[in-house]
Order: sequence, then structure tokens, then C-alpha cells
Amino acid sequence: MQPQIMGGSLAGATGGDGFVVFDHVQKSYDGEVLVVKDLNLSIARGEFLTMLGPSGSGKTTCLMMLAGFETATHGDILLDGKPINNIPPHKRGIGMVFQNYALFPHMSVGENLSFPLEVRNIGKAEREEKVRRALDMVQMGEFVNRRPAQLSGGQQQRIALARALVFEPELVLMDEPLGALDKQLREHMQFEITRLAHDLGITVVYVTHDQTEALTMSDNVAVFDDGRIQQLDAPDKLYEEPMNSFVAQFIGENNTLSGVVQQISGDTCTVRLDSGEVIEANPVNVHAPGERTLVSIRPERVEYNRARLQEGAHTLRAEVLEFIYMGDVFRTRLRVAGREDFIMKTRNAPDAERLTPGQQIEIGWLPRDCRALDA
Amino acid sequence: MSDQTNSGPVVAADGRPLKQSLQRALRREKLRALMLIAPLLIFVLITFIAPIGDMLFRSVENRIVSETLPRTVIALEDWEYESGEIPGEPVFAALAEDLREAVKAKTHTRLGTRLNYELTGMSSLFRQVGRKIRRMDPEQPWREQFLKVNKKWGDPEVWGVIQTYSSPITAGYFLNAVDLRLTPRGVEQRPESERIYLMLFQRTILLSALITFMTFLLGYPIAYLLSNLRMKTANILMILVLLPFWTSLLVRTSAWKVLLQQQGVVNDVLVWAGIIADDQRLELINNATGTVIAMTHILLPFMILPLYSVMKTIPPSYVRAAKSLGATPFTAFRRVYFPQSIPGIGAGAILVFILAIGYYITPALVGGRSGTFISNRIAYHISVSLNWGLGAALGALLLVLVLALYALYDKIVGIDNVKLG
Repeated sequence: MQPQIMGGSLAGATGGDGFVVFDHVQKSYDGEVLVVKDLNLSIARGEFLTMLGPSGSGKTTCLMMLAGFETATHGDILLDGKPINNIPPHKRGIGMVFQNYALFPHMSVGENLSFPLEVRNIGKAEREEKVRRALDMVQMGEFVNRRPAQLSGGQQQRIALARALVFEPELVLMDEPLGALDKQLREHMQFEITRLAHDLGITVVYVTHDQTEALTMSDNVAVFDDGRIQQLDAPDKLYEEPMNSFVAQFIGENNTLSGVVQQISGDTCTVRLDSGEVIEANPVNVHAPGERTLVSIRPERVEYNRARLQEGAHTLRAEVLEFIYMGDVFRTRLRVAGREDFIMKTRNAPDAERLTPGQQIEIGWLPRDCRALDA
Repeated sequence: MSDQTNSGPVVAADGRPLKQSLQRALRREKLRALMLIAPLLIFVLITFIAPIGDMLFRSVENRIVSETLPRTVIALEDWEYESGEIPGEPVFAALAEDLREAVKAKTHTRLGTRLNYELTGMSSLFRQVGRKIRRMDPEQPWREQFLKVNKKWGDPEVWGVIQTYSSPITAGYFLNAVDLRLTPRGVEQRPESERIYLMLFQRTILLSALITFMTFLLGYPIAYLLSNLRMKTANILMILVLLPFWTSLLVRTSAWKVLLQQQGVVNDVLVWAGIIADDQRLELINNATGTVIAMTHILLPFMILPLYSVMKTIPPSYVRAAKSLGATPFTAFRRVYFPQSIPGIGAGAILVFILAIGYYITPALVGGRSGTFISNRIAYHISVSLNWGLGAALGALLLVLVLALYALYDKIVGIDNVKLG
């Protein structure tokens, strides 16, 4: 197994200075399988953290434990330095946006927003003022008397957001809140949510399985798989410097070539591919010669124009199998080192050549972009 | 679009108006649908609508007097009850002639039974005179001869009743059904000792409401539990809920007799446990208590099932959302969960109440004197006293009552809020 946390900017992951801290948290539902395996995570105040992962990776369970709807089997969850394992959900003061919004259908929009204030015994005048402000914040001021069923999906989403924010929580959890919206609306709401989060200075823990959402919205992304955090990093580092094969495959498009490490020296290593060719790579997650490795190269880092390649760069022979015109980019499928699913993306520049199937070319890349990861 | 540039009705491609074309196209489908429901429709018409119509008609139908005594009825038209005197010779002559024919057709006893509902003694009066009519002398004045047979014929009351009930349609049964009666002097209350139906109606409604409330109290937690369990466990428990349906109603009711009687299981246990003294055994059966206990048990599934199906559709995320917004579990239940389960309560309540209000077997078996319902009285009139008119009137009133309560319910709860599944 890989170490559960890898990679750089892990400010105080094990220390107690985070606003939200998961300290060796484990969770099992049936006493046989651990859904969450030894989770350590620290979230700073004001941070927008996304838990990203395939379904069943444990990310929603983590969120539910933080909200108080599931209890941790082992370990502590701390909020602002205090363990909250034994605090019931209604006393945690954490705002939450649910997957299907969970707006109360028998209450109007105003009553929905007023609800968290009423249970906190806030006076009527102040309540109305806060509800109005929260609705204005999401530009839904004139919908105060509507029922949730009379609103569109995007409007319901805004109301759910306003309701989670109206009682001014410091921490807001969002469980795939944009899953039910269409693409355009989703992109718009991504922007709205990040804007609100930064304006209000709240801490957000956001769960999604959509990597674009994770990359565009977050300060930090925790990639979950198999009950563990595979990598916790800022979006750019996560994309450009994946620390293991899972993250490389899960985030963005990725070409992999399998082979055996021949030698490692400093920040370069040589890998003999299964097809017999030897290439140079960046040894990220390999430790000794003879180890099997998966070499990962992003499609947009693959270059076939010799003029743009570095002097003396290593090249591989490739055959064009398919050329797909996508407007802003060209997507070319190549046969490289015995694999037929090697993708190269080139920008639609004025001087870009349009390749034809059957054409033989030479491709290359910078050794730094070619990352030797675990097999 | 472009082919609609001319104003006026939209036409189909062949020039017919579009509406007409659409109707033609849909006619076949409608006809097919009608044929599919036809067997059931005919069945319902014959076995449900027709009997109810017949029953409603019987509750006001009263041709028997004018058919059995046609001449008497005409002769009585000039007589006035208020005069305080019995009618003259012509009326008696007409009665004699009518009775001769009635005796031959053997219909005079039926008439006697009918009039006996309104005035006790009428039945024997007609039977007696029916036996003697053939031996009476047509040459002698009829009046004296009738009075000789029974001096009751000299009572204006007897003639008043015949006159009052001579019309072919009467409100008499309905008045009886609400403890009133139609006399020659007009509508008046029945004597205290004969008033029973209003009390029975009242008892039926009150006990039905109580039973409905009890099924709600017992059924709501069960339905809640069922809807929040895993599917597999819930299905097993659901079988337990449905188990009573697979047992005969009579067996279940009789079982309650065994349990609840004074020497029964419940009392024995209470005495054994020292909660009550042996000489103070509780009366749990053959009274209203018995009816409420047994019927609550029998009607419980009708409350649980609609509640369950509604609760099943309430996503757990609502209560979670309420809690995350700061509501205590109780507040979350009261303000978020409960309001959403109201359609189920509505459906269950209306189902149980309407079933209870017309229930017959259980009150008859365990109700004793204080726990019988109006339906038991209807059954008595239909099968024992054979006063079908009164039975029909009581039934019609019960029907109207249910419809009125339904309308009231619709106004308060709103029938759109009722969800059976």
C-alpha cells in the first residue's frame, strides 16, 4: 500500500493547529471492512478543501462524520481544537448543502431560510433581516414566498446554499451540490460558490467526483481512493505533479507506459519499456532498479515538432492511428511502444500540421514531464 | 409556423379542422379504453349502484297502504283528524270492501305489520278483522260491526294513522331513523323510552373517531420504524402487520373474547399480578371498551399501510438537513418529518374511520349493549324485524353522514393531501 498522504503543501497535517482536523480516523459500517482507513487531514480556517474520488472511496463518509451523521469507529475529529465525536449534529453549528438540496417541501423559501434562525431563538425582526440578506446574497430576493417545488434546479441550489449560510456558520459542508445541474449552470454555480466562500471567509469542505469542479474551485484537493487520501495538494500541483498512478489516472487525461526501472540517479532515472525501448523519466514513486513502474505523460506535454523539442531529447517512433479535430485542440491517437491508446494533444496553432492516419512520426517530451510512478 | 399563416381554425393536412381530426384519432383509443373497463363497469352498476338506488328508494316508498286499501284512502280524503270523531259509514263500507279483497289476496297482514311500525296494535287489529270480515253482514251498518269486532276502530288515532300513511311516498322512515315520528298531528318526538337511533349514530361516530385515533397512536411509531429499517427487515415485520389479514375476522374477534372476558387471560394476569382484586375484575368485553379494543386491532393495518408508504417517500436527508441547521431531533421531527407524513395520516384516518363507521361483525360480537353500532341496528331491521324501510332509511342516513364527513375532511385536510401510496 502507498503511504496515505503524499506530496507537498500539508500545513500541519498532523498538528493541532488546523480548524478542522481528522486525527487517525477510521470508519467501518459492518465490522469487517474499513470504509475509511486511518485518515489524517488538517483544514485551515478559510480554506476551500475538496474531497475528490470515485464513488465508494470514503469521501462522503468523511463528510458525514464531520457533520455528525456517522460516528467514527476510531480516532478523533477536531473542530477548532475541540473533539466533536460526542457532539450531536444539531450542536455542531456546521452548515450543510445536500446532494438533492433537501429543501423542506412544505415550507416556503423564506420559511426554509428562517428555520435555522427560529431553532436558535432569534427574534422575528432580526430573522427577517438575515433571511433577506442571505437571499440577496444568492440573488433570489424575490422568491421568498415561493415553494421549493416551484423553483428550477439552479434556483433550489441557490436557496439550499443560502439556507446553509444564513445562520453564519464558520464551516460549510457540501455534498456533491452541483451534481443535478446541467453543465452551463454547474459552471456558473461553481464560480458563485467560490466567490461566496471567499467573500464570507468561511471554511468549505466540498465533496465531488467531478475533477474539473475540484480543480477549478478549491484551494486544496484531497484525492480519495480505497478509504485513504492518495494525495492532498493544490489543484495545479495535483495535475502537474501526481504522486502516484491512481492520481495521475484519475485527474485529467494521462498516457501510461509500463516498464522496469533500470537505474536511478538523482532526479532522473532510466526505464526500459516493455517494448524494449529505453527512456528517461522523473523518478517520483520508484525507489530501486528492477522495480516495475508505470510512466505517466500528460497528452499536452507530448511533442512531435522537432523544433520545439529540447536539444538531444529522446524520441520514440509513433504511428498516427486517428486524428480528431476538436476545434481548439487536435487530438491524435498514436501507436507508441506497442500501445494503441497513446494520446497526443496539440494546440490548433496557425502553423500546426494536421496529421493523417498511417503517418510515421517521432514524438518526444521533457524527462521532467515523464513521471515514473508505482505500478 | 409557416403553414399556419392564415388566421382561423387550424386545419390538418387533409383540410379538416384539426380538433375534429384529433377527436377522430382519439375515438378508437377511447372506445378501447371503455371496452376494457366495461365488465367492471357493468358489474359495479348491477351490484353496487343498483342496490344503493333500490335502498334509497325503499327508504321513502310507501305504496302498500294505497294499494291495499284504495277505496278507503279515497273515502278518507274528506275526513279530518282534528274533528276528533271517527269517519262515517261510507268509509267503513269502503274499508270492508278493500279488506275483503285484501283477505282474498292475503295482503292485509302485511299492511297491519306496516302500520304497526307507526302505531302499536295495528297488526293485531287487521289480523282480527281479517278473520271476521267474511262473516260480517253486508246488510247491516259496517260501523257497528267493526266496533263490535274491536272497539279500537272507534279510536280516531287508528284512522289518523291510515290517513297519514296513505300517500305513496313518506318521510316516516327517515323521521323514525332520527327518533321522530309522523303522527296525524304532525311531526313529533318519540317517547323517551323509544329514542335510540340518534344515540346510536352519536356513539358510532364517537367510537369510530376514538378507534381512528387509537390506530394512529399505535400505528404511527410502527410505520416510522418500518420505513426506517433495512428493506429485508422491514419486509419481515410487514408480514407481521399483514398477518391479521390472513386470519378470519371471526377467529380474531373470538380470540379477543377469550382474552378480554372477566375470567379471561387479561383479567387473570392482572389479578395474578395483584393489580386488581379478584372481585373487581375489569369489564373489558361486551361493552364499548371491547368494541374499541377489538376494532383498533382489526383496523390497525389500514392505518399502518398508507402511513408506511408515505413515510417511505420521505428522504432521510430532510431530517438530517434540519439537524444540521441546528434543530434538536424532536424539533426536526415535529417541524420537518411530521408535516410531511400528514398525507399518510390523512389517508389512514379516512380509511379507518369510514371502515369503522360501517363496521358490523365485531361490534355485534364484542359490543354487548353499550358497544353496538348503528350498522348492527340496520342489520337487525333487515334480517330480524324485516322493517326494510327503516333499515334503508338508517343506511341512507349513514351514507349521507359519511359523505358529509368526507366533505368536511376535504375542507379541513384537503383531499389532495391524502396519499395512499
